[in-house]
Amino acid sequence: MASAIQQLGRRVASWRLRPSLPPLAGLASQRAHSLLPVDDAINGLSEEQKQLRQTVAKFLQEHLAPKAQEIDHSNEFKNLREFWKQLGNLGVLGITVPVQYGGSGLGYLEHVLVMEEISRVSAAVGLSYGAHSNLCINQLVRNGNEAQKEKYLAKLASGEYIGALAMSEPNAGSDVVSMKLKAEKKDHYILNGNKFWITNGPDADVLIVYAKTDPGAVPASRGITAFIVEKGTPGFSTSQKLDKLGMRGSNTCELIFEDCKVPAANILGHKSKGVYVLMSGLDLERLVLAGGPLGIMQAVLDHTIPYLHVREAFGQKIGHFQLMQGKMADMYTRLMACRQYVYNVAKACDDGHCTPKDCAGVILYAAECATQVALDGIQCFGEWPPLPRPRAALLGPVAASERGFFPTPHSVLKLGTAELHLEALSAPVTEEMKSEEKTTRGHQLLLHSATSLPGLPTWSRRY
Amino acid sequence: MAELRALVAVKRVIDYAVKIRVKPDRTGVVTDGVKHSMNPFCEIAVEEAVRLKEKKLVKEVIAVSCGPAQCQETIRTALAMGADRGIHVEVPAAEAERLGPLQVARVLAKLAEKEKVDLLLLGKQGTFASQVTVEGGKLKVEREIDGGLETLHLKLPAVVTADLRLNEPRYATLPNIMKAKKKKMEVIKAGDLGVDLTSKISVVSVEDPPQRTAGVKVETTEDLVAKLREIGRI
Repeated sequence: MASAIQQLGRRVASWRLRPSLPPLAGLASQRAHSLLPVDDAINGLSEEQKQLRQTVAKFLQEHLAPKAQEIDHSNEFKNLREFWKQLGNLGVLGITVPVQYGGSGLGYLEHVLVMEEISRVSAAVGLSYGAHSNLCINQLVRNGNEAQKEKYLAKLASGEYIGALAMSEPNAGSDVVSMKLKAEKKDHYILNGNKFWITNGPDADVLIVYAKTDPGAVPASRGITAFIVEKGTPGFSTSQKLDKLGMRGSNTCELIFEDCKVPAANILGHKSKGVYVLMSGLDLERLVLAGGPLGIMQAVLDHTIPYLHVREAFGQKIGHFQLMQGKMADMYTRLMACRQYVYNVAKACDDGHCTPKDCAGVILYAAECATQVALDGIQCFGEWPPLPRPRAALLGPVAASERGFFPTPHSVLKLGTAELHLEALSAPVTEEMKSEEKTTRGHQLLLHSATSLPGLPTWSRRY
Repeated sequence: MAELRALVAVKRVIDYAVKIRVKPDRTGVVTDGVKHSMNPFCEIAVEEAVRLKEKKLVKEVIAVSCGPAQCQETIRTALAMGADRGIHVEVPAAEAERLGPLQVARVLAKLAEKEKVDLLLLGKQGTFASQVTVEGGKLKVEREIDGGLETLHLKLPAVVTADLRLNEPRYATLPNIMKAKKKKMEVIKAGDLGVDLTSKISVVSVEDPPQRTAGVKVETTEDLVAKLREIGRI
């Protein structure tokens, strides 16, 4: 019986039987690490959603978990394309794509769940997944015309194509509307300029690119148009992969456009209406990417809880000390609270009720909680993190919480700094308050506190 | 030929990657809050049944599980992998813990009779098949034995258990999970089948296996023999 279990473990790691791994120094296994169960009854998931989480988690344990450490260390995902096709087979790349175009025809909650599970194993791969399946694919679903959907969606959903989205530039991040990439109309559109910090840039076959068709427009937002650009288009190139602090393995680079010809048929949405594509997309992007911090928090728990019940100090398991128990409680409650917020907003969006302030709220809150949880997790492991990387590789749980730590400042920065999210949140609140004709003392106080957040322009001035 | 019906039994067990802990009162192992999933050998059996269906050698695949309400999850996974319908033999949790192989075998036998099943596929312990095909109304099964490979022809109905190397189970893809929602799942009680579930075995206590003590190294064969004599092994 014991040998059957051993055999089974080996089969799970690789189909061809191979000799068992040499015993590692106590703590970690390089193979499938037992995940903590997730109480999806409390999370309010349907039967199918629970099954989705289980099947994705199982697949990832076998096909991604063994590679996660190497991906982070080398900042490269070898066999990315093969993995993408496997994700395509599972049906998780085109979750929001209608079935007729080769997708799964489901909603944002399912999308968040998959984002969470992938980030649980590798936050970097989760980010690439989000950029592909939401930033690129979902924008095509929401704004593409029939011809564009027929042309691109099926292969993006199957994993044959990798997708990306480009809005940021070296000098346009938070102030994305001030972008400088020009698109001049001749017979086609000629694009000149660069984009920066583009996730999946080095690998993408299909990219959604925002450019200024009218640089002199007032307000500036009226001059933006969204285009679909294909890899291999003459005049379009990418420069080398960026070597980032966190989210290593999610390939990011600069895009260079030098007299790049893009046909008018590739305009996504309408000319000069790019800002609507951009801004409305941002809300859903923030929602789905909020699954990333959720996965990171779950990963920290997966590794720290068992460790706290194994490691001993002062004659007992460290998990029995009150302060460590306090930490466990804090980590768990932060994760569960964030989950309820994110899942509920996703459900509301699926029902057609999507509010910018809550989409910004979920990523703001989840990312900040994830940073805190990752910091707590590192504390649980004590001195281990500063070890040099090769040895750290032996200590799977430690490395994972280390990996968990680095992505989180990035998560907070994803799709807008915390301040930007705060503004996205408070501005509508301010508007709501302004529309009240009779202000009671309570409303006056609320109005005052909302607008007194430092350095925020008012909503009306911006757009 | 393509009228064959297959029944696959799937069991919900503690996930293989979980570290098992014995309950403090020694009556069993901790199952609360512990991750459960389909027995990996049962997955192999389901995969084989679905493959036979895809090859048009089997017409219908029925997934069965005995136990409390959570078993339905396991049956749903089998449906998402390609089984056509499910049967949940409901057994309350407390009784399920004491359910022995003999009782489950009786349930499966009755179900096989009732549903007119030609082939029963189970996770291994017993005759393990490493290849299954249907040839001329009989089942051709290849299995690995100590000396090599043995090929058997079985008359139907037959019971076949699945070995590790039979196949690599597929993942339940998202589209299939949604399709499985529409598949039928019947819930029945063991009593409905006329099976008595009382066990003739009772669990006295469950304990951790003894800690492995360190071994002793010796220099020569003579020393080894002397040591073995000393501890009374020879």
